[in-house]
Amino acid sequence: MWEYSEKVKDHFFNPRNAGAMEDANAVGEVGSLSCGDALKLMLKVNPETDIIEDAKFQTFGCGSAIASSSALTELVIGKTIDEARALTNQDIAEFLDGLPPEKMHCSVMGQEALTAAVAAWKGEELEEDDHEEGALICKCFAVDAGMIERAIRTNKLTTLEMVTFYTKAGGGCSSCREPLEELLSDVNAAMVAEGVIAAADAFVFGAAPVAPPPQKKTTGFVIPDMPPDPPATAAPEPIAIQPIRVKPATAAKLPPAPAPETATSPKGLSLAQETIAIARIIEEMRPIFQADGGDVILMDVDGNKVSVEMTGACAGCQIASLTLGGLRKRIRDELERDFIVVPAPKN
Amino acid sequence: MDPIYLDNNATTRVFPEVVQEMLPFFTEQFGNASSIHAFGEEVGSAMRTARRAVQALIGAEHDHEIIFTSGGTESNNAAIRSALAANPARNELITSAVEHPAILSLADWLEKHEGVVVHRIPVDGKGRLDIDAYRAALGPKTALVSFMWANNETGTIFPVDGLADLAHDAGALFHTDAVQAAGKVPIDLKSTEIDMLSLSSHKLHGPKGLGALYLRKGTRFRPLLRGGHQERGRRGGTENAPAIIGLGKAAEMTLATMAQDLPRIEALRNRLENGIVQKVGHCFITGDTRDRLPNTSTIAFEYIEGEAILMLLNKQGIAASSGSACTSGSLEPSHVLRAMDIPFTAAHGAIRFSLSRETTEAEIDRVIDAVPAIIDQLRDMSPFWSTEGGVAAFNPEYA
Repeated sequence: MWEYSEKVKDHFFNPRNAGAMEDANAVGEVGSLSCGDALKLMLKVNPETDIIEDAKFQTFGCGSAIASSSALTELVIGKTIDEARALTNQDIAEFLDGLPPEKMHCSVMGQEALTAAVAAWKGEELEEDDHEEGALICKCFAVDAGMIERAIRTNKLTTLEMVTFYTKAGGGCSSCREPLEELLSDVNAAMVAEGVIAAADAFVFGAAPVAPPPQKKTTGFVIPDMPPDPPATAAPEPIAIQPIRVKPATAAKLPPAPAPETATSPKGLSLAQETIAIARIIEEMRPIFQADGGDVILMDVDGNKVSVEMTGACAGCQIASLTLGGLRKRIRDELERDFIVVPAPKN
Repeated sequence: MDPIYLDNNATTRVFPEVVQEMLPFFTEQFGNASSIHAFGEEVGSAMRTARRAVQALIGAEHDHEIIFTSGGTESNNAAIRSALAANPARNELITSAVEHPAILSLADWLEKHEGVVVHRIPVDGKGRLDIDAYRAALGPKTALVSFMWANNETGTIFPVDGLADLAHDAGALFHTDAVQAAGKVPIDLKSTEIDMLSLSSHKLHGPKGLGALYLRKGTRFRPLLRGGHQERGRRGGTENAPAIIGLGKAAEMTLATMAQDLPRIEALRNRLENGIVQKVGHCFITGDTRDRLPNTSTIAFEYIEGEAILMLLNKQGIAASSGSACTSGSLEPSHVLRAMDIPFTAAHGAIRFSLSRETTEAEIDRVIDAVPAIIDQLRDMSPFWSTEGGVAAFNPEYA
């Protein structure tokens, strides 16, 4: 169990201002069911004075998410919109006498909901709202660059692990590690220039060794630190078949090529012919993925293993688990032999 | 109010009789079983009794087929690494997508660093193995098949007997992780083709830090821990005699009353499930309800999150566990529930209750009384829940 402060426990067991508000005039909503936590912040703002006269929350999430939401409402009631806007996730965490590092994202969620509610009151468009090309960094948890940069700056984050603890970005399939490293490196460099952090503390992109992403713990087993990966000798070539979009091979990330299996197609197809057929099946199924706001790209076919890259809303989780099975069945039915379909690159 | 412990798949209370049996082996009969003097002799003889008790629990033909280890994880590591090392011409491992991390993280490592080809066989919505996919994955390169006997999260039982036959047809060895199954289902290894089986002492009211690996007579073996000649050279290191003797006593006690205990535990589990499902809407039982461990129940509650449920249960003295992301430090929910395609609306709110033979009807009734109010309390706070019983409209900015 987490070591929560007495204040966190108090705000979880006796949440303040929980429930719906009928006459809210500024609402901010963040998170989703698939991501595991969500917060709807409702404010009643006096139009004359801009003072937040009442606040309520509805939260789906763990103990610290509920406590952070409760703390947020206590913090904003009585403040003007501009005073509330100045609040950071640190203020929420401090109000609760601290949160475990792994749970800091709960305070960030509170701050994000507040930002959304303030923007709604002011009638502003959120810049993060449009998810322009490249803005969405972590597809698993739908975290965009703007939110990550705010978390890095507010909390002076300098490691990838802490970025994940505060924003959840990179905590799913971890395929966004590279852009995440770049972003952290850029923001840290700017912070060094501004004199906010020391140059020695700044994260520098490409500076070895890079801390591994937090290991997934599933049922309480602690996975020991592992030595760095040996350099991959031969990365599998991506298969260039139009009109499938092929991502450049990320050589360092792909596992070393396993010994190619001698695949025996019951239909007498060569591996290349099978690959073309798989590419066609994936192309046919792409509209299904796209309808869900995602996409699927064929990365590799090796023996009976079809590697695909999943993108879009909650790639690592929802769409992947729901539809890879369907994709596999289609491939299996068409080619009359068993294939496994795996999201790649994992790790 | 006395606390209620319903997390017996995590670990169990050591039986007081087991502790009594162990105690003399710390301060009086403390000898090393390898020694020639009387101190060693007493320990050696007590360990033989313990080995036979474990043999009886799992229906092994010979007592020397039992190798004592430091736990389920070591047994699993030893079995998998031995099978690969003993069959250098074969480099493929077949396992399932829902194994314990003691199997899966080793499989990931072997795949990434040691050139082993790993097949992870998927499961259906009830957690049942895709047998066609398993058949298709078997081949002349398969060194080992490792499937769990019963799943730790849902209790779903795999038909390991038949799965072992298929492995042997392909010339592969068969290992089963029976850490959750041992003591909870009848096991008779001599009537099966299973080559190796892992079990853990602390899951059946024995001490922690001890496990056993069953190795069928004649199976080629390469030790994981090389050292002295203990365990017939198959596991080096001075035996943890007190713990071995504790496991022996726990195995003996479990077997002696198993026939009466299991139906009673199952009836209590069903009482719990019926009680909760009848009183709480929007929840369902996960796993294969027709073939499940009698003590395990994982119930998925929609639109709320597991850690919050556990904290409120804990406040009322009820200990359970969750496959939720938030309790484990990982950010995604249980790999088992995801492999089963349990919708995210429910996977985050899955709670596991696991009973033991010490669980009473009064305890179960107290849990049935406590759960509905806890679920209501959290749903009232959830933005996805509306009082009309439906799902509230929710349009998050970043979803």
